[in-house]
Amino acid sequence: MLAFLTQEFPSAWRIPLRSWTNDAVSALVVNFGDVFAAITGALLQLLIRVERFLVALPWWLVVLLVAVLVWHATGRRIVSGVVLAGLMVLVGTFGLWSQMMTTLAIMLVATVFTIIIGIPIGVAMARSDRLKMWLQPVLDAMQTLPSFVYLVPVVMFFGLGNVAAIIATFVYAVPPVIRLTDLGLRLVDPEVVEAGAAFGASERQTLFLVRLPLAVPTIMAGINQTIMMALAMVVVASMIGARGLGQEVLRGLQRGDVGLGLEAGLAIVFLAIVMDRITAGYSRRWDHTAGER
Amino acid sequence: MAHIVAEGLSKVFGPDPRSVLPLLERGVGKDEILEQTGHTVGLLDVDVTVEPGETFVVMGLSGSGKSTLVRCFNRLIEPTSGTLTLDGTDVLALRPRELREMRRSRMGMVFQRFALLPHRNVLDNVGFGLRVQGVARAERERRAGAWIERVGLQGYERSLPRELSGGMQQRVGLARALCTDPDVLLMDEAFSALDPLIRREMQGELLRLQQELGKTIVFITHDLDEALRLGDRIAVLKDGVVVQVGTPTEIVTRPADDYVKAFVEDVDRSRVMKVRHVMTPLGRDDANAAASQAEGAVLVSSEALLQDVVADVAAAEGPVFAVDREGRPVGSVAARTVLAALARGQRDEPS
Repeated sequence: MLAFLTQEFPSAWRIPLRSWTNDAVSALVVNFGDVFAAITGALLQLLIRVERFLVALPWWLVVLLVAVLVWHATGRRIVSGVVLAGLMVLVGTFGLWSQMMTTLAIMLVATVFTIIIGIPIGVAMARSDRLKMWLQPVLDAMQTLPSFVYLVPVVMFFGLGNVAAIIATFVYAVPPVIRLTDLGLRLVDPEVVEAGAAFGASERQTLFLVRLPLAVPTIMAGINQTIMMALAMVVVASMIGARGLGQEVLRGLQRGDVGLGLEAGLAIVFLAIVMDRITAGYSRRWDHTAGER
Repeated sequence: MAHIVAEGLSKVFGPDPRSVLPLLERGVGKDEILEQTGHTVGLLDVDVTVEPGETFVVMGLSGSGKSTLVRCFNRLIEPTSGTLTLDGTDVLALRPRELREMRRSRMGMVFQRFALLPHRNVLDNVGFGLRVQGVARAERERRAGAWIERVGLQGYERSLPRELSGGMQQRVGLARALCTDPDVLLMDEAFSALDPLIRREMQGELLRLQQELGKTIVFITHDLDEALRLGDRIAVLKDGVVVQVGTPTEIVTRPADDYVKAFVEDVDRSRVMKVRHVMTPLGRDDANAAASQAEGAVLVSSEALLQDVVADVAAAEGPVFAVDREGRPVGSVAARTVLAALARGQRDEPS
């Protein structure tokens, strides 16, 4: 009866998760190859366009744009604008300008993709406690699962290259948008929601006229985190063939070229600082509840 | 003109409110119900009729169920049992779409903490009800602009709520409620969050607007002075039960029980009682009627509050007469009866 109470874990107890997964992945690749190819193609087209556009922009225009955006986001602080634009120039002096534009393109597409999918999921999650209960552990898993685990299947589905990088980045970076959209919607002042209902707003009107606008600062904080996480993935993504700054870091590692690694690494940090200041600035600027009497 | 009739309205909070109704019908007390079933009784068998065009004040301490009652009127809270009609329409039978329609066109609401949209300017906030109705922008702004002017906020159209003082924010709240031109105005502790001085100012503003508009107003408050000043009639609510409904004078002079009595004990009666409550009425051919025309007679309006005539009565050399709106004498006023009326509050106290 109690034969399983041995010192060793019973070897007969074996859940073949490994072969199940392998079978499922192969089946997906074989049966839905066309679908994945179509997604890959569409994303690639989009990415190429964005990248071409960014690379074609004169460098000084980009620097100026960054300066103006930072200045506007931080509530018209000229010093911030000048300093952060200076960081961009510094990246140019490392000879990494075009790599930065490539990374920026991958990041922008991944972020937009994340927002488009993440916000509706967050909205659904705020409406249903049951969904939240189920989704919460999935989001936790997405954030804690070592990214190398899903890099391989992502490559199997989407091939090596920038598209696989976008998908991997998406998996890693989408949880904060979902979580903070949910949180922002749940934190909206119930009296204001009640006022909406008292004036006869439908659920849809309440969502678009009251709840979402009031949740914008929190959602922006989620987008800010998403961008930071996307940048953290840049180097990992370069291992599955993404070009840009991550590739330079990887090259520095492989060749023992510490200087190159540092330059590319700093470029990633500078890009992160710039993106952070812009999104965090807007998150604060749009927070109309702050400082309310 | 809207006419609200609630009969036997009850509200029970908890996981299964309906299960508690039989207990309520058997007369089991609130505390017992909470202990036995974990349900809270918010309102119990409330009968109120709000007459068209009157300001009906619901007064009670916190937890008395007054905010629950006003939310039952537009079904932000669903009553557990009872009936509710607005001009004969069964409000509780309305389907979601009809209910939204009723809220959009017939009822405006003003909230204690204003509940304005913080990211929208004054113009957009006032026009919110019209936006919900789908009114085009230009029309919306025209109508909202007119109301902003009427509540004295012209020049602040583009300001955000947080840039305004509390009193100004509540003016926005009031304009928002009036902008859809509803028949009924539900005001939930609308002035309670304001400083005393601003509160009095807003009360005056409401009285002034009400004189022009003649809306049916349901006004919730915990402040007796406010209730007496604004209310045509007052319902006193205690633990979800209506203890007394009456005019301010009735509430003050004939409190229904000790609870109401304790409430009105300290009130300044001269601010509630009117000349007609203390005058000795004149018969049609009363000899005194002629005397009112005599030289030296002091005439006061029968509708004036005692606080406004005490000085005149005290200073009068000759007889004092109360006159109606047309100036016809309707009663004689003796200084002694005025004093007695004002003193009654204290004299009753020991009993």
